[in-house]
Amino acid sequence: MKKIATGNKAVAEAVKQVQPAVVAAYPITPQTEIVEQIAEFVSTGELKSRYIPVESEHSAMAACIGASITGVRTFTATSSHGLLYMHEMTNWAAGARLPVVMANVNRSIGPGWNIWAEHTDAMQERDTGWLQVYVSSVQEAYDATLMAFRIAEHKEVLLPVMVNLDGFTLSHIMQPLDTVEIGDFIPPMNLPHAIDPKNPAGYGGLTGPDQHFKFRWDIERSMRDSVKIIETTEKDFAKRFGRIYGFTEDYQCEDADVVVVSMGTLGKEAEVAIDVLRNEGIKAGSMRLRWLRPFPKLDLKGKEVVVIDRDYSFGFGGILAKSIQAQLKTELYSVIAGLGGQEVTYEDIADFIRKRHIGEEFWFGVSDNV
Amino acid sequence: MLKCTSACAGCSDSLALRYVLKAAGPDTVLVVPACCTSVIQGIYPNTAFNIPVYNIAFGAAAACASGMSNAFRVLGKKTNVIVYAGDGGTLDIGIQAMSGAFERGTDFLYICYDNEAYGNTGMQRSGGTPIGARTTTTPTGKTDAKKDIDAIIVAHNPPYMATACAAYPQDLFKKVQKALTFRGPSFIHVLAPCPPGWRYSTEKSVEIGKLAVKSGMWVLYERVYGKLSINPQSKAAMKKPLPLEEYLAPQGRFKGIDAKTLEILKQHIAKNVKKLTAEEAEE
Repeated sequence: MKKIATGNKAVAEAVKQVQPAVVAAYPITPQTEIVEQIAEFVSTGELKSRYIPVESEHSAMAACIGASITGVRTFTATSSHGLLYMHEMTNWAAGARLPVVMANVNRSIGPGWNIWAEHTDAMQERDTGWLQVYVSSVQEAYDATLMAFRIAEHKEVLLPVMVNLDGFTLSHIMQPLDTVEIGDFIPPMNLPHAIDPKNPAGYGGLTGPDQHFKFRWDIERSMRDSVKIIETTEKDFAKRFGRIYGFTEDYQCEDADVVVVSMGTLGKEAEVAIDVLRNEGIKAGSMRLRWLRPFPKLDLKGKEVVVIDRDYSFGFGGILAKSIQAQLKTELYSVIAGLGGQEVTYEDIADFIRKRHIGEEFWFGVSDNV
Repeated sequence: MLKCTSACAGCSDSLALRYVLKAAGPDTVLVVPACCTSVIQGIYPNTAFNIPVYNIAFGAAAACASGMSNAFRVLGKKTNVIVYAGDGGTLDIGIQAMSGAFERGTDFLYICYDNEAYGNTGMQRSGGTPIGARTTTTPTGKTDAKKDIDAIIVAHNPPYMATACAAYPQDLFKKVQKALTFRGPSFIHVLAPCPPGWRYSTEKSVEIGKLAVKSGMWVLYERVYGKLSINPQSKAAMKKPLPLEEYLAPQGRFKGIDAKTLEILKQHIAKNVKKLTAEEAEE
């Protein structure tokens, strides 16, 4: 069914389609509309979930964990400080092998208070054992949320999945949305280690130095296995619903001499920049990274690379740039842009590419070589 | 609960838990935050507990139980969800999640076994440590009074709340059974004397628990929909209390307590007796 929706509404629509048994969430700008829409769907009976209006994000994730271990489907949504506040529990959800699905509306971290888009919130969760996908359109927010449940609950994955959408530039913009009937696209949830009083077991108890590392390795093994589950899920989604996704979205990369890599809505802006540059005769392309975890093998051999980070690791660098540099084992041009909702236009991105200095880091609006 | 837990000798946490589980029956899940009970289960792949135990982070027990209880009800299961948490996980780091779960009317039983300090990490002060008690972080005795968690629970208007003590297992057993008959949140606050923490010899746990009640330092009661009933043992103690010194003397943690602090403790007991007696007399 075709409609017009915001990114937030699209996420709520996907949740309605999937019908998790328990939703526990706490409102935070700019995610609030997701929580409100879900509460609305629950009140009208369109969503038959138990909605637990928890008193904090830490409790939101703890409640999802408690519900998920009984074997039912769970969902939550948060942003920025909310995500950081639940950080202890995001680790727990992954370690406990629970397929919780969460939408995170990417937002900057204070102080000062800033409610606009930035990826540093989710980037700080990158080592927790969550799969992370970053989307760039209302439709993709919907589709990725649907697929997140199937991927998380797959028996070879059983890890939580985070769907990331940019605050305001995606959460609050209106675009066409084509909703689907999922049918049997997502099989019923079957958690092999679900709690059963008839078959008592201890969960998450004391685990010694002779055992703990085995559970850590098990997370990594599943993370590696998730690569093919993501591929088969996206392939099946394309077959059923006609929309194609992948680990990256590549735009005019094939013959490009220089490729700009980014995540989220900046990736869409970058495509316009590529059109501008191609008109000038510059062979440029854009690669929008969709999956941050598991981190894919990127096809960038023989190309100059410009990476836009909407995040930063102080004392180290742009997190995406450093990750890509480690994989390619070559120098690249690292651009730090869009922090705290800083305006970045396609003209700006075209300029980053034109004036690139491979091997250097450039802070948009700060560095001397502006 | 099976034999051979890894609890300390004379542990009242495990003593109380034995009766809690007997009362609750097999269709029960225990949610345990970081506390002594996380340790006494034993080490993976072994467990001394014969029911499902879900271990969760320190501040998250009530929220986790909240999700679990809701999920069981969605599944049409009546499984008892019981949080079994220490005073640290209840009075201090877990209070926010607990308050939220009570305010939302979560269908669960929350049991706080209170050994009046952070026992798991080797006896540091908690909000539950009484004034005058020495812990590793109050080496000359705590200067602040014990937090009145029961009053905080009462402010949430749960259908059932009670106090108990590991030294009175039959009373605890009955209160757990009763608590589980109510829909919504119920709370039992169990005093759990701790030999290494309170510094008395291991065979004295029951004796110390009884002295706590007989001196009036711990009052046994229950509130059903807010209506208070004080246990006969505590009523007797209120009329004719044992001298407080008899409770304090065997405990190394109160060694060298000064006269002023002792007086504060005695005043606290007198005030508490007056308050509870007046409340019970109200119609």
